[in-house]
Amino acid sequence: MRSSYIDVDEPRGTFRVQREAFLDPDVLAAERERIFDRCWLYLGHESEVPEPGDFRARELGVRRIVFVRGKDRVVRALLNSCTHRGAEVCRERRGNAKSFQCFYHGWTFANDGRLIGVPGEDGYAAGFSRETLGLREAPRLESYRGFYFVSFDPEIVLLRDYLAGAAEYLDLVVDQSEIGMEIIGGTQSYAINANWKLLVENSYDGYHGVITHARYFKWLVSTGAVGFPSGAKWDRARDLGNGHACVEYTSQWGRPIAHWVPSFGEGTEPEFREIRAQLEARLGAERAHRIATTSRNLGIFPNLVVNDIMSITVRTFHPVAPGRMHVEAWSLAPRDEAPAHRKHRLENFLTFLGPGGFATPDDIEGLESCQRGYLATPQEWNDISRDFQNPAPPVTGEHQMRAFWRQWQERVASKSLAEVCHGSAR
Amino acid sequence: MAQPVRLALSAADLTRAEIEDFLYQEAALLDEWRLAEWHALFSEDATYRVPSTDVPDAEPDNTLFLIDDDAARLRSRVEQLLGKSTWSENPHSRTRRLLANVRIRKTEGARAWVTANFAVYRMRSNQVATYVGRYEYVLERRGDGLRISSRRAILDLESLRDVGKISFIL
Repeated sequence: MRSSYIDVDEPRGTFRVQREAFLDPDVLAAERERIFDRCWLYLGHESEVPEPGDFRARELGVRRIVFVRGKDRVVRALLNSCTHRGAEVCRERRGNAKSFQCFYHGWTFANDGRLIGVPGEDGYAAGFSRETLGLREAPRLESYRGFYFVSFDPEIVLLRDYLAGAAEYLDLVVDQSEIGMEIIGGTQSYAINANWKLLVENSYDGYHGVITHARYFKWLVSTGAVGFPSGAKWDRARDLGNGHACVEYTSQWGRPIAHWVPSFGEGTEPEFREIRAQLEARLGAERAHRIATTSRNLGIFPNLVVNDIMSITVRTFHPVAPGRMHVEAWSLAPRDEAPAHRKHRLENFLTFLGPGGFATPDDIEGLESCQRGYLATPQEWNDISRDFQNPAPPVTGEHQMRAFWRQWQERVASKSLAEVCHGSAR
Repeated sequence: MAQPVRLALSAADLTRAEIEDFLYQEAALLDEWRLAEWHALFSEDATYRVPSTDVPDAEPDNTLFLIDDDAARLRSRVEQLLGKSTWSENPHSRTRRLLANVRIRKTEGARAWVTANFAVYRMRSNQVATYVGRYEYVLERRGDGLRISSRRAILDLESLRDVGKISFIL
């Protein structure tokens, strides 16, 4: 391990990242210990477990967690490992269950985690206590406006404090519905042969779009899309604190909430106007305008992306090796959305997003290409200096990535940010 | 006066051999990256869909799919794959499709509902990805041959982790 993986030269306005950060197994081990065991990690959305007994089996890196609503309606993050000998007690990906029975020796746990059945219990001594043998829970579980996060650090700060400025950007998503948002059925589950931090950078990279996604924008223009006024007062890259960052901007694509473009189809414009009018009535003209017309790519440290762009994607990813990550992505939508509009939202999602979309496959290609490039040049540095000295960093800069990397350096490497920023890394 | 051709046609007497010949030819066009010719096999209102792996039997109206192309998006997908800026397929993959268990499930008028099992091997960047599943076709008999009006590729894979992405036509 190096003492620093970033190199900042304030006077010259350069910011570089050392490529071993993407390659070294020791770095990944340090990330597991100092990031993934110490941060708030996205677990799931409240809409995925609406009723008592509803559960989703989740993988957060090596950890297996049952995201479940108990019969007491309380949502829990149960570790999917029997307290007897450790087998997984939940072997379905989703469902509704009153209890989870381990198939190895038959110990049974209620959907609130309590141990309720032990075959041959009379074989144990008097000191045996079911009360102490319930399924273990993640040390912390908190939610913000429907988004549930777990942490394996019992001492971690409150989720709301951890989210810092990112909460405001989640608000801009959740406020799109009066009654709440929901994850639509259907999970895009895939893998990328690249370091997980490359997907962090890519998910709010405003510099690559016109080149990497040339075919998408060509398609968009072919459907009759025209640019709409850019330079809205929100257009900016922002450091939201604690390693979270976002870009906010206007784009050519349509937005289900609620910016119409011709690709939505003839005769669909009135339904967009109606949604816009409802937003204005509920939130006021300015906030409605911001929600409807600006796109926002939000990265919540370390590994949650909520991109409210041509549709809303919720995407989380975990490293399984320095050069490989598992990705899960969902579509988020207002619960009270009309069926016809829901269809437009999903179609718009798939024009760009996901492993079969017109854009994401090219991102994946780019990330894997970077990873192969690093293998041959491990001593080299990535340059993320764009708009380093710009007090109003634009979307096409790299301010948002620097926010991530500063936090990453502070958590993973031994040298403090203050030391690094004074140029002592060189 | 001659009857309109479409009314006269029936899919009822299509043989499995005829269907297989058509599907093998379709597979060959894809493997040979003759995508314009492949696209010419589709009817004007055709759809091409791939459900997400956790909901193989779902419909796309209220479920996130991997691919849900109407005729316009399918046409664009073909153009994109033949263009130069689809980086994920430029240079393009090698593919080899094995089709089997072809079954005519029902016919109605000029249309036939056909299923077939597939194994599609994709080779790129010195890696082999294997896509396994079944196709569901709705074929339409016309005076000049068969057309595809609906093509659905339903993966048996539990996720795309082993294959990464679907950047080519599955």
